[in-house]
Amino acid sequence: MVDSKQHWKAWLYLAPAIVLLLIFTVWPIFNTVAMAFQNGYRSLGSIAQVEYSWGVENFQKVIEYSDFKICLQNTILLCVTTVPISTILALLIAVALNSIKPLQKILQTIFFLPYVTNSIAIGMVFAAMFNIVGLKPEGVPDTWGIINNVVMFFGGEPINWMNPGSSYVANMAVMIIYIVWNALPFKILILLGGLQSINKQYYDAAKVDGTPRRRVFTKITVPLLSPMLAYVIITGFIGGFKEYSSIIGIFGDKMGPADDAGRLNTMVGYIYSSMADSRQGLASAAALILFGIILVVTTINNQVIKKRVHY
Amino acid sequence: MKVVLENLTKIFPSRDKKSGKEVVAVNNFTFEIPDGKLIGLLGPSGCGKSTTLYMISGLQKPTSGKIFFGEDDVTELSTENRGIGLVFQNYALYPHMTVKQNILFPLQNLKGKDKLPKNEMLERAHHAAALVQIDELMERKPSELSGGQQQRVAIARALVKMPRVLLLDEPLSNLDARLRLQTREEIRRIQKETGITTVFVTHDQEEAMSISDLIVVMKLGVVQQIGQPQEVYDNPSNLFVAKFLGTPPINVFTGSVQNGKLYLGEEAVLDVPGVADQPVIVGIRPEGFELSNNGALTCGLNNVEVMGRDVSIVSTHAASVNPVVRSIINADNRIDTSSATVRYNLKPHKVFLFNSETEERIQFEVK
Repeated sequence: MVDSKQHWKAWLYLAPAIVLLLIFTVWPIFNTVAMAFQNGYRSLGSIAQVEYSWGVENFQKVIEYSDFKICLQNTILLCVTTVPISTILALLIAVALNSIKPLQKILQTIFFLPYVTNSIAIGMVFAAMFNIVGLKPEGVPDTWGIINNVVMFFGGEPINWMNPGSSYVANMAVMIIYIVWNALPFKILILLGGLQSINKQYYDAAKVDGTPRRRVFTKITVPLLSPMLAYVIITGFIGGFKEYSSIIGIFGDKMGPADDAGRLNTMVGYIYSSMADSRQGLASAAALILFGIILVVTTINNQVIKKRVHY
Repeated sequence: MKVVLENLTKIFPSRDKKSGKEVVAVNNFTFEIPDGKLIGLLGPSGCGKSTTLYMISGLQKPTSGKIFFGEDDVTELSTENRGIGLVFQNYALYPHMTVKQNILFPLQNLKGKDKLPKNEMLERAHHAAALVQIDELMERKPSELSGGQQQRVAIARALVKMPRVLLLDEPLSNLDARLRLQTREEIRRIQKETGITTVFVTHDQEEAMSISDLIVVMKLGVVQQIGQPQEVYDNPSNLFVAKFLGTPPINVFTGSVQNGKLYLGEEAVLDVPGVADQPVIVGIRPEGFELSNNGALTCGLNNVEVMGRDVSIVSTHAASVNPVVRSIINADNRIDTSSATVRYNLKPHKVFLFNSETEERIQFEVK
């Protein structure tokens, strides 16, 4: 404990961080709220000292825009698919990694590599893998892309994943595969760390009692991992609601295939584009709505997890 | 169920690649554990006692040798098929399950013809809980229990599937002194009530002596002595066993035997008929001293510690290996604490002679 006479010293040491946080985090939050509630707020108008009336017009506009509904739908769809898929896959991979002895370190590194790679770069590689180059209406293209080559190798029909004329389902499939793949390393890392901190004696005890492997997994491993699982699920949902750069990585700033721009836009994408149009009022309102959604979902998550995390 | 260990050996490969020295954790251990007895495996850390226990459990495979449960060779049998109950040193209770769920867990694993109906599982869980007197804690989580209660849950979990052999790894080491005393009697009671052959590992000689039917003293993977606790205490086969058993520990001197008399320094302190002249190591139990004004052994008096029923006299002697010589005598004796010296006669059956090279026991006739 710091002596009460020394309090001013503690404040002094904290001052740089506090000042920076006040200027760049706390003040913008208040400002966002203020902008959201000024009808039709634009920063240019604000500079010209236009007086905006207070109200909820921005929120009404955001909700009425069909663009926004698409963004909300895309965001929720990506969240509810990628978080469970990536969590389950990460759990299985982490358990597998933890159970092998040889090459464990090397494999850990390989599985972790995507985490340290720029997600735009990964997106471009994924785009190249799904892209059909030189697609002509009547004939065979220059290349179907690696993924379609694999599909065709197993006797399937090539799919138009992301080129003009592609379906919404195909676009979403590409996004889900990419986001899951991108989300795996962090989750594997956390879960593997959790697995390695579980006392081996629990497994010895289970072995003495002749516990079948499946039961060891469901009754011992998963419950003992539940704090880590809760962590990756909550952060997964929060990250999912902020999905934006992954769409850019694959589809570019058109946020969709060339013939249907904006089809894959997300909430954060909507906020950005409103900002770019200098409609800061709308962007702020959308940001507050997103904040509200994340708050509600995280609260629900917490309530569910409280019942499930056992110790 | 008797348990037979036949030339049991465990060698661990070297961790340190440079020296390449392998570790012999257990060396050629042969012993028959009689049916329904409580056996204490005793020794300092690293003596191979836990390794022996884990080999009996099947969690570790012996390098060579065989293990029999009754007439069945279980050496190659996997842990779950041996029918053992194992209590781990830190209990290994599943923290996310209640006491009841923990105790039920082994029963729920049973498959096929062994599968029990639900009400019988509950009945057996309650029976096991009642045996260790935790039937009122069934709905608690392990984190809400004291160390002693956790210990009991662990024992109940090991007993609930009615094992052929019960194994306990340092069962009392995580308990405080009072609880330890209570729990060890509890273990004894439970073992007697169930009649299950029980092996437990401890580094605490008092613990082992107080409740075991037989103790096995081990050192560096080699069995030193096997016997009933009193027998081993009264008749240690070598210096290590003599030093390891007993509190306060045995007093050790360097001395010599000349013409059938034991000399400590210049003084002849005891007749030891039948022992050839040689330098010897002498062990004298603290209770082996008798105050006497013209006693044969003269020690410098340091101080007297009062313990109520007894007093402990702390003294010095030039031939003593330890800095002080500690004797325990009846408190009725009057001790002149102002005197610079204290003189003792020795009780012959509390004096042990050991070969100064091999440290093996040299027997002499006690008159």
